[in-house]
Amino acid sequence: MSGGPVRVTIPTLLRGLVAVGGLVLLPAPAHAHLVNTGLGPFYDGVSHFALTPEDLLPALALALLAGQRGSRAGRLALFALPMAWLLGGLVGLAFPTVTYAPALTTVSFLALGGLVAAEARLRPEWVTGLAVVFGLVHGYLNGAAMSQAKLGALGLVGIVSTLFVTVALAAAMVVAIRVPWGRIAVRVAGSWIAAIGLLLLGWSLRAA
Amino acid sequence: MELLGVTGRSAALTAVAALWPALAWAHTEEGRAEGFLAGLHHPISGLDHVLAMVSVGLWGAQLGAPAVWLLPVTFPVVMAFGGMLGLMGVPLPGVEVAIAVSGIALGLAVLAEWRPPLWSAAVIVGFFAIFHGHAHGTELPAGASGLLYSIGFVMATGTLHAVGIGIGVIHRWGWGRLALRAAGGLVASAGAFFLWRALA
Repeated sequence: MSGGPVRVTIPTLLRGLVAVGGLVLLPAPAHAHLVNTGLGPFYDGVSHFALTPEDLLPALALALLAGQRGSRAGRLALFALPMAWLLGGLVGLAFPTVTYAPALTTVSFLALGGLVAAEARLRPEWVTGLAVVFGLVHGYLNGAAMSQAKLGALGLVGIVSTLFVTVALAAAMVVAIRVPWGRIAVRVAGSWIAAIGLLLLGWSLRAA
Repeated sequence: MELLGVTGRSAALTAVAALWPALAWAHTEEGRAEGFLAGLHHPISGLDHVLAMVSVGLWGAQLGAPAVWLLPVTFPVVMAFGGMLGLMGVPLPGVEVAIAVSGIALGLAVLAEWRPPLWSAAVIVGFFAIFHGHAHGTELPAGASGLLYSIGFVMATGTLHAVGIGIGVIHRWGWGRLALRAAGGLVASAGAFFLWRALA
């Protein structure tokens, strides 16, 4: 190969500039709200649940509430919540009308956090009922958002699987607590979630 | 003009454009991380707030169970209620004065190891918490992510109480009781300074 200078003509330079312009103007992918891990829809769903406090914190509160009410409530919630979430998610995938409902998120924080803080003496059937309602609502919102992001049912399975593990661990941990300060710590966690809900309400009313 | 130089510049420009990082939206929406960090920082940004919140923990530790957990559960919830009022723009008179008085009152309670009935301690703490929350609510930055800001805010507040309770563990020893009472005196003095500054 010759080591002399390479002659570049004006058209070559123009092609280079057009290429640069094209790269600069290339649109970046719009990830919107949902996570894109690059590992596929299942892991996108896993990451979505783990990184979305709107879903994670109320689900954690429900698991803590179920654990407070004993092993029967914990077992019922363990299956009722993921199943309701899955059902709601499938409806959301099919009919993605609403993808974002901050008022419902606020209600979830306030109600579930408040019940945990008060260590409300609910019967296991009531806890299960709450799990079904909460699961259907949040599942629907997830499904509708996933429909728009083209993640499909596999992403929903990722969410529900992570939810199952979260509820199992959190509820079992609370059921197993024997020391008094442990139960107090659970109530403090509930009060924090309820406090976040109150502030969220303020944010919503400020924006309105 | 050396043609290789033009080529080199063009190639470098192309390389820079190709390697230019796309905006990393990842999961978070714009302003979310800022919202969390701002929320975490806000309760610890003013000494008057910090002293009052740590004092709640100190007082709870002096009072023992069940006040030691009831007061830190009461304070964040009522404070969040005050924050909600502030966010909504509901006016509350004398906020700065009340915050300074909270330092004096809580400091004196720790200094005197005052043991009122539980409900009365909760009402006192709750009353002052509304003013602290309101001040934070009205000072919130525009455009921050509401949820993550709130999470950071509540976490920081709760952690300050936990710090107070942690320090209050020394209450089990004689010298610790004295040290706690001295700390209460310092908080009350600082509260008096803040009151003077608020009224000046």
